[in-house]
Amino acid sequence: MSVQVRIPSVLRRQTGGDESVQLEGATLGDILDGLETRYEGLRGKLRGPKGEIRRFVNIYVNDNDARLLDGSTTPVADGDEVIIIPAVAGG
Amino acid sequence: MSHVQSLKCRECGAEFPVAPRAICEECFGPLEVTYDYEALRRVFSPDAIAARPRSMWRYRELLPVDGAGILGQEVGGTPLVRADRLARNLGVEELYVKNDAVNFPTLSFKDRVVSVALTKAREFGMTTVGCASTGNLANSVAAQGVRHGFETCILIPEDLEAAKILGTTVYGARLVGVRGDYDQVNRLCSQIADRFGWGIVNVNLRPFYGEGSKTVGYEIAEQLGWKRPASLVCCMAGGSLLTKIGKAFDELQRLGFVDDRPTRLYGAQARGCNPIVAAVQDGSGEIRPVKARTIARSLAIGNPADGYYAARAIRESGGWAEDVTDGEIVEGIRLLAGTEGIFAETAGGVTVAAARKLIASGRLPRHEPIVLVITGNGLKTTDALAATAPVYPVIEPRLEAFEGAFATRVAADDFSGSAAPGAFPSSGLSAPAAPLSSVRTP
Repeated sequence: MSVQVRIPSVLRRQTGGDESVQLEGATLGDILDGLETRYEGLRGKLRGPKGEIRRFVNIYVNDNDARLLDGSTTPVADGDEVIIIPAVAGG
Repeated sequence: MSHVQSLKCRECGAEFPVAPRAICEECFGPLEVTYDYEALRRVFSPDAIAARPRSMWRYRELLPVDGAGILGQEVGGTPLVRADRLARNLGVEELYVKNDAVNFPTLSFKDRVVSVALTKAREFGMTTVGCASTGNLANSVAAQGVRHGFETCILIPEDLEAAKILGTTVYGARLVGVRGDYDQVNRLCSQIADRFGWGIVNVNLRPFYGEGSKTVGYEIAEQLGWKRPASLVCCMAGGSLLTKIGKAFDELQRLGFVDDRPTRLYGAQARGCNPIVAAVQDGSGEIRPVKARTIARSLAIGNPADGYYAARAIRESGGWAEDVTDGEIVEGIRLLAGTEGIFAETAGGVTVAAARKLIASGRLPRHEPIVLVITGNGLKTTDALAATAPVYPVIEPRLEAFEGAFATRVAADDFSGSAAPGAFPSSGLSAPAAPLSSVRTP
């Protein structure tokens, strides 16, 4: 199952400039594992030592904040979109 | 001359040169403007401030701008009103209202942050500015953006209050309604800032923009005779304003402008969007995002960017946070209007109603000075009052009709002065009251 992941500019140094990437997985956790495997520099940037999404990172699965869903165990399906965005904006 | 040192990450301490950036590349933490306070102590003083025009720019040394090209010289300098009638109602001794409902040019505190952001956008050579907004920011970016010759692109939830939409489009600003709530608009705006390189005031210009809020704190302290209030109550959406007022007070102490008695900070939110209040009350300090549902649309941010810092500032100051229902918000608007003649928007109703609860519960001490920060104007959110609008008589243009409608009321008010209570200084009172032609409910 292929999921598109959008990467914000602040992280593109770690992705060699890639703005988005297609990854396989059944849960958001799988997708983030895949992302960190492909771009080693992202390891530790998005998730803390216990796998929790870091305070200043927002991750959305199809429009919905992963924190309002089931976090890393949120299921993902073919064609879904995962968006990573720095949390500090707005207000 | 600027006294800015750098942009410093609030989390990991990494420092970056001044540029249109808001996020630490190391840890995603927010960047904060730092100043050379030692140098400022030597060149900046209350006397220097007193000689300047009454606007937010009288504190320009503490704002992150480089030179003389300030956009919005007239912004700020709003009244601090001694609110004795409201104080009596709430049972407190000394109460003030910081009234940014009459800020220039668009009647909310957002005029301050936009003035700094646009000044910075011009310094950076940007030609297009924009924002994600719950309304007040849209109004201010539209008015000030147009005035200072920027292209604008303003994104809002499509179903905002009509007055806030009109108060954006009237300036000829480019407005885009988004089918979604503020948090979705904000997410889109982050992506737009990334893609187009525009100056999105609360995204990539955010470190500078936020500094404008400090001027609320500077003004309050100066208006109190260079003293901090014992307590301050402020509404919270993203949590930035309260956090920056706290920073402003700390800076004034550091510069020796005020003594070392700190201010307890109290935060107010609507029950239907209370993630910062929840973080304070449960002691965790951690923000759990919510789906916002409240009539206080200007505060309807379910995932507040500065929520964590606002909660921390409140706890460290010895203050507290409280939320209020939509019904209490309307009561708060009416209470402030009916005692002090100040018509606040729904966010102001949140502040007043939360202050009332905090006072009643004993969290907010009654016998020390309190400041309520009113951030926006009630004429922009009249929809919120429609359901409870008062009934009033409509009469024929004849004196008898007026007397018929108002006899009881006028007598009770002892309008005649010398007449006995209950008497009306005219024989007309004995005539049958003219029927009201209609009763109007707006």
